[in-house]
Amino acid sequence: MLTIVPICGPHAPIARANPVAKLFAVIAVSTAALAAADWLTPLLLLSALAAAMPFTGIRWRPLLRRLRWLWLAAGAVAAGNAFFAAEQTGTILLSLGPMELGSESLVNGVALGLRVCVAATAGVLGFATTDPTDLADALTQQLRTSPRFTIGSLAALRMLPLLAAEWRQIITARRARGMEGGRNPLRRARLLASTMFTLLVGAMRRAGRLAAAMDARGFDSEVPRTYARVQRMRRPDWFLLAAAVVVSAAAIATSAALGVFELLV
Amino acid sequence: MLSVEFRGFTWRHAGRRAPAVADIDLRIEAGERVLLLGPSGSGKSTLLAALAGLLTTDSGEQRGEVLLDGRDAAAQRGRVGTLFQDPETQLVMARSGDDVAFGLENQAVPREAIWPRVHEALEAVGFPYPPEHPTHALSGGEQQRLALAGVLARRPELILLDEPTANLDPEGAASVRAALGEALADAAATLIVVEHRVADILNLVDRVIALGPGGVLLADGPAEAVFAEHGDTLAAQGVWVPGIPLPTAPRPAPGEPRLRGESLALTHPGADRPALAGVDFELRSGELLAVTGPNGSGKSTLALLAGGLVAPTRGKATVRGERTALHRLPANRLATRVGSVFQDPEHQFVTATVRSELAFAPHAAKWPRDRIDARVSELLERLRLDHLAEANPHTLSGGEARRLSVAGALAAAPGALLLDEPTFGQDRRTWGELVDLTAGIRDEGAAIMAVTHDRDFVEALATREIALEDGRVRSETSRC
Repeated sequence: MLTIVPICGPHAPIARANPVAKLFAVIAVSTAALAAADWLTPLLLLSALAAAMPFTGIRWRPLLRRLRWLWLAAGAVAAGNAFFAAEQTGTILLSLGPMELGSESLVNGVALGLRVCVAATAGVLGFATTDPTDLADALTQQLRTSPRFTIGSLAALRMLPLLAAEWRQIITARRARGMEGGRNPLRRARLLASTMFTLLVGAMRRAGRLAAAMDARGFDSEVPRTYARVQRMRRPDWFLLAAAVVVSAAAIATSAALGVFELLV
Repeated sequence: MLSVEFRGFTWRHAGRRAPAVADIDLRIEAGERVLLLGPSGSGKSTLLAALAGLLTTDSGEQRGEVLLDGRDAAAQRGRVGTLFQDPETQLVMARSGDDVAFGLENQAVPREAIWPRVHEALEAVGFPYPPEHPTHALSGGEQQRLALAGVLARRPELILLDEPTANLDPEGAASVRAALGEALADAAATLIVVEHRVADILNLVDRVIALGPGGVLLADGPAEAVFAEHGDTLAAQGVWVPGIPLPTAPRPAPGEPRLRGESLALTHPGADRPALAGVDFELRSGELLAVTGPNGSGKSTLALLAGGLVAPTRGKATVRGERTALHRLPANRLATRVGSVFQDPEHQFVTATVRSELAFAPHAAKWPRDRIDARVSELLERLRLDHLAEANPHTLSGGEARRLSVAGALAAAPGALLLDEPTFGQDRRTWGELVDLTAGIRDEGAAIMAVTHDRDFVEALATREIALEDGRVRSETSRC
């Protein structure tokens, strides 16, 4: 079944950290990676993330399973930027008919791919160690986001696994009716559209029932809510945030000191 | 505790011409426990929604008044607790304890008072897990008990139960009824229950109010008196009145074998034990084979494999006159061999009108035009859907949608029909219609397999029964 639960041990230091602290730590690392256009800064950040792994309590295998598509996308970014750069510069490394690959373009492409990689990995590490409920609690308590929006989204998120299960049921029910995609692209498109429609009808009804149930338990009343769990910044949370900022700055400083750093313009 | 009063209450949903309820005058005293009865569409749920303060001015038009303790109900939402029908859409949070706490947070209960009340409510409903237990891992009955804890924790003065067990299997329903009995016995609240399965809930109530079609008041009083006087009328409207016998039909002798399953087995990828561990069966024309067993015993999996809808890990299902195993057949050919009817009829609707719904499978099987037309007319008439031929399937009532899904499965004239929980959650009238319909199809020579929890359905129709347990056949009984 598709679930959105964290994939880490619950007692690891980063898993226990405040969600807002983690959110800003992820933003710090990603900003540093996205601001840099060289290859060294993202590489340093990536090793820093790897060094943080033991503190997240995440096991490598499930993490890699979550990351593989993002890294594949980063690879595609790298390859695309390297091959289709406006101008192939540096020593020509490869020549395939009209396609050429210059060494500088390769380095630039890889640098761009690495940046995507850093942002994706940091994001996945943050979310994989955070319970969505705690995140919603923290957002409403610490950042004062609207409870109606934040907790509404949380409830909607809980419905996702149900939708995935329903999708499979609908496909099976379609086969029973004599409707199947097979190899014909037109029929496949029609099947997809009609399955989507059925899923949507079901999802709308479900959303209506969920909203009624939430209202019946006083969700949209005028009274300001209280919170069953306190979410606030404690000393380790400040430390995590500071560490993220310092590491990001250090990565930029190192590559600048080595004369490699380039700012994205 | 709250007293309840409707004064000339009329409600029309936005976009509808006819009101859902009209001119209701009704008074319920504080502390009374009331069972509210009425046929589908008589506006019972509208009355509950009005009491819960869930009818907003932008969703319809109201005349008259709904009063709790003499004041407008809409302004007193916090004093009312509602348990709805569908367990899946009542839980908001990922952790069980958080879900109970949700209603208390909304009520602005101070933090230090929240957790003791959560624990107290979980205990009152006999919730068997710690508060961290994930809500998605709960069975339907457990989810419903958790939702009840969420209602009780808010200490409502008026409790509304809207068919609280209709979406549950018998085991889950029994556990919820037990929890209701325990938890409500000493709750200081007025209680209003809507429920078709009357016998199960009578010990909770001391007054029965029956509405007729259009929301008119039909009967009001103690249960015995109401059922003695109006039992037959209520049964005809769909109420499961205790003590009125259900029909049974004679069973014809079975004919030739139609559908055969050989050591059918399925293990889901990543699962540690098989969903179905090798089941053999033979289905003959003119017989109805009931497949029974507890949840997770493999009943629905058997229906999917027997219908060729999912590829088995081992074994195969075949029909007479077709050498290829069913799961390898293209869908359009499969529909001419076996018809499958799912629990949720809407999953099977693929077109925009009832008529094209019936023409779909014959058309996919490349039947000639005039044969399709003849078949569609025949089905429309036989399943009493002719007045709805141009309606959109998604707008049909529960009973109509179910008839259409059966008709759709029969359209391409398959020799075998598989039904998954055909009577699940139906009122007595629809139940009777479905039993008559199924008996007719069986007696015309179709071979039917029905997966069901419904003992009454088995008693009324089955010629044989196989009971599954842990993916295997535990016992087989003949009922001829």
